[in-house]
Amino acid sequence: MNFWDQDAEMKVAFDLFVVESRELLQSMEDGLLGLEHETEPVESINAIFRAAHTIKGSSGLFGLDVVVRFTHVVENVLDRLRDGKIGVAPELISVMLPCRDHISALVEAIAANQAADTPALNSAGEALLARLQSFQDPAKTRLTEAPDAVAERSGGGMVEAGDWHLSLRFGVDSFRNGMDPLSFIRYLGTLGDVVSLTTLAEQIPVASEMDAESCYLGFEIDLKSAASKEAIEGVFEFVREDSRIHILPPNSLINDYIELIRSLPEDDLHLGEILVKSGVLTQRELDEGLNLQKTHADDAAGTQPIGEILVQQHVVQQPLVDAALDKQKQGKESKARENQSIRVDAARLDQLIELVGELVIAGAGAALRASKSGDPALIESISEVMGMVEGVRDSALQLRMVPIGATFSRFQRVVRDVSAELGKDIQLVITGGDTEVDKSVVEKIGDPLMHLVRNSMDHGIESGPVRAANGKPVKGTLSLNAYHESGNIIIEVSDDGGGLNRERILAKGVERGLVPPGAILTDKEIFALIFEPGFSTADQVSNLSGRGVGMDVVRRNVTALRGSIDVESTAGAGSIFRIRLPLTLAIIDGFLVEVGHSGFVIPLQRVIECVEIPADSQARDYMDLRGEVLPFIRLRGLFEVEGAPPRRENVVVVEHAGVKTGLVVDRLLGEFQTVIKPMGTLFGHVRGIGGFTILGSGEVALILDISSLIRHYADLEKASHV
Amino acid sequence: MGAIVTANRAAPPAVQGGSTGQYLTFMLGGEIYALGILNIKEIIEYGNLTEVPMMPPFIRGVINLRGRVVPVVDLAARIGRGATQVARRTSIVIIEVSNTFASEEGEVTETQDIGVMVDAVNEVVDIDSGDIEPAPSFGARIRPEFINGMAKRGGGFTIVLDVSRVLSVAEMSSLGRTSIDSTSLLEGDA
Repeated sequence: MNFWDQDAEMKVAFDLFVVESRELLQSMEDGLLGLEHETEPVESINAIFRAAHTIKGSSGLFGLDVVVRFTHVVENVLDRLRDGKIGVAPELISVMLPCRDHISALVEAIAANQAADTPALNSAGEALLARLQSFQDPAKTRLTEAPDAVAERSGGGMVEAGDWHLSLRFGVDSFRNGMDPLSFIRYLGTLGDVVSLTTLAEQIPVASEMDAESCYLGFEIDLKSAASKEAIEGVFEFVREDSRIHILPPNSLINDYIELIRSLPEDDLHLGEILVKSGVLTQRELDEGLNLQKTHADDAAGTQPIGEILVQQHVVQQPLVDAALDKQKQGKESKARENQSIRVDAARLDQLIELVGELVIAGAGAALRASKSGDPALIESISEVMGMVEGVRDSALQLRMVPIGATFSRFQRVVRDVSAELGKDIQLVITGGDTEVDKSVVEKIGDPLMHLVRNSMDHGIESGPVRAANGKPVKGTLSLNAYHESGNIIIEVSDDGGGLNRERILAKGVERGLVPPGAILTDKEIFALIFEPGFSTADQVSNLSGRGVGMDVVRRNVTALRGSIDVESTAGAGSIFRIRLPLTLAIIDGFLVEVGHSGFVIPLQRVIECVEIPADSQARDYMDLRGEVLPFIRLRGLFEVEGAPPRRENVVVVEHAGVKTGLVVDRLLGEFQTVIKPMGTLFGHVRGIGGFTILGSGEVALILDISSLIRHYADLEKASHV
Repeated sequence: MGAIVTANRAAPPAVQGGSTGQYLTFMLGGEIYALGILNIKEIIEYGNLTEVPMMPPFIRGVINLRGRVVPVVDLAARIGRGATQVARRTSIVIIEVSNTFASEEGEVTETQDIGVMVDAVNEVVDIDSGDIEPAPSFGARIRPEFINGMAKRGGGFTIVLDVSRVLSVAEMSSLGRTSIDSTSLLEGDA
């Protein structure tokens, strides 16, 4: 099955197939997980069915028989689900999920150029098929059934019951042409039962004018038949030239037809084509209608829509035309949506962002030169260029923004599996899934979130009986929420469990030597202890958590993303873990300051205001900020910068975690678009510094990491007082 | 920052007999040292260095090398010969170092450019491997593991340094960590 080795085009198509299959499998999983909670699951079921159907179809295109064979059975079950022959049951979903996984395993194996029919995969597949058996149609449970059952279905109105209505007006010359209407009606009887027949004799003229060889008869017939419209029409093949024959599908079938129209692939079809494709209309009826439309168009009345003509002609009912029109609109819309987005290689995006970063640096250099030259026209035009560069930067960064919803919905599965493992009944509520965040952040936040979710499920949410005893609903709720707040994205993991045990954490903290005995701590400080390495209050080490690794790893991961985490908890009511992350990791708005000859960049979002240091503050490290005590850090002292301070130093007031702190610097240089260069291993442990950046002058400046800087300084102070 | 010498690593010179290697010799505190040329990417003039606070003395700071931030190590301070005084001929030799470290995903190897500050760059010389004596266990006044060998040249010996040991990122960064901890301890004593 190595055809893609030989054919580059095939390889591209195959890659696309793999990518698409992954997406479809994801949407299949999402759909399956959402199914239980939906009151109107029809849309989801259709989506799941479509996903399976498309994967089967594309696999067939590439000759991946293993995938086709397995997916076909899954599809059959889904089809029965869609038809309402089996209901949405937890058992069904717990079989369908592993089936989805198996399809995924098959596709991945093929994608990795490995054999997909290994004994292991085969036996896994067989086992799943056996489990699917009970959901299969008992009449045709054989696995070898032709895989194109669905194609048959969509191919034409297979009718199970109901009465067709036929209006027949035989042509005047029928008898002369050797056609006896009676023989047609008799033949009709072979297709089904003629339920009622009314002979229309109004056309028969008075006897004196009547030509005995002419046919004046019309018939209104109700026919009970399982034949398709095409077949019924075929009966009248020889007379349709000069007779008027209208065949209306039974009313009971209208819904089936509408369903069929909706399930057609979303192509840009004409109305008539949709109707023909779904078997509502025969090609002949359509052609007639179109001819009529053409003739009418020559009249002054203007063109009449084909739908109206068809209804007038009694070949199709209004609801069917409406459904087809809906379908047409839907198809057009989805086509328009497709055209609005394109697939781009992530590496190319990264390259663009890098280039934009360089552009920003080079632009800053040009701006610096321009302002030194003092040429107003030059400064003007450079500032215009810089404005545009800023716009380019923002849209470039926007390109990498993705909604966090995809990351969140992956946890539906986790919550489902883990709650089953724990024997707890837990539902996951997701809000703010469309909040956008940089792709690189999304990639790295999965692990910390996983820890938090598992932790909340294991330790946070109590078991059912305990919850019932505490007067809470037995079903626990875990929520994932995301929103933007002043240049950050906030991700919340909250549960309605028992909350953190303040006393136990404090006791454990004292036991571990993290807190001196007898110390008085705020709730916030106590709760922060759980992020310390090796800290776990769980009495039992479970499979999931409680080994004391986890929360410190969570904090480390979040900190590595330049974010922070805190926890809020109310005893008996639950806890909220709140992760605060920057929107992007590549470029920030910074505030450039100078100490000695070194430049430092303070993230602008931290900066509240800048004030001059009071003249009399040499002896102390705090000042009066409009009646508030503002402690400050002298960067010159902390960073051991050589040289004497200038006469008047400045204080940049920054805020971190709701606390204001001053940073004493020599000079304020203003706002600066900062392209972050990573620190590298050599400087990985430096506290207070978050990265490097390159100034317009070509010099390297240090980016301050305010939270770790303040923590580091506080540690130094604390140590000096011991 | 004009490049004085740019080593073309893509096309190494034909090696005769497989036993002759090329080495860059340079001055450090009045003595001549040598480094294998294969890891050397380029040599630039000293300048535009930004100091990084709270680092051990042998890490002088960082420079901007065409848009990349490269750390600069004071080689004399690193091998225990005191800090280098900046003079007219002071240069930075850019060396590619590959370091392996254990991370959460197992062993990871990455390459990193490190600038090495030297008093002056001399020349590129061919040294026969037969002319390189093993390092003495003491007497060179350098930690023996930093020495790759002693090259016999002219009348005396030139110390050939072992790049992977001298510029071991793992060791230097752990030294950096202890230097930070000792700062806080010292201030604690105050």
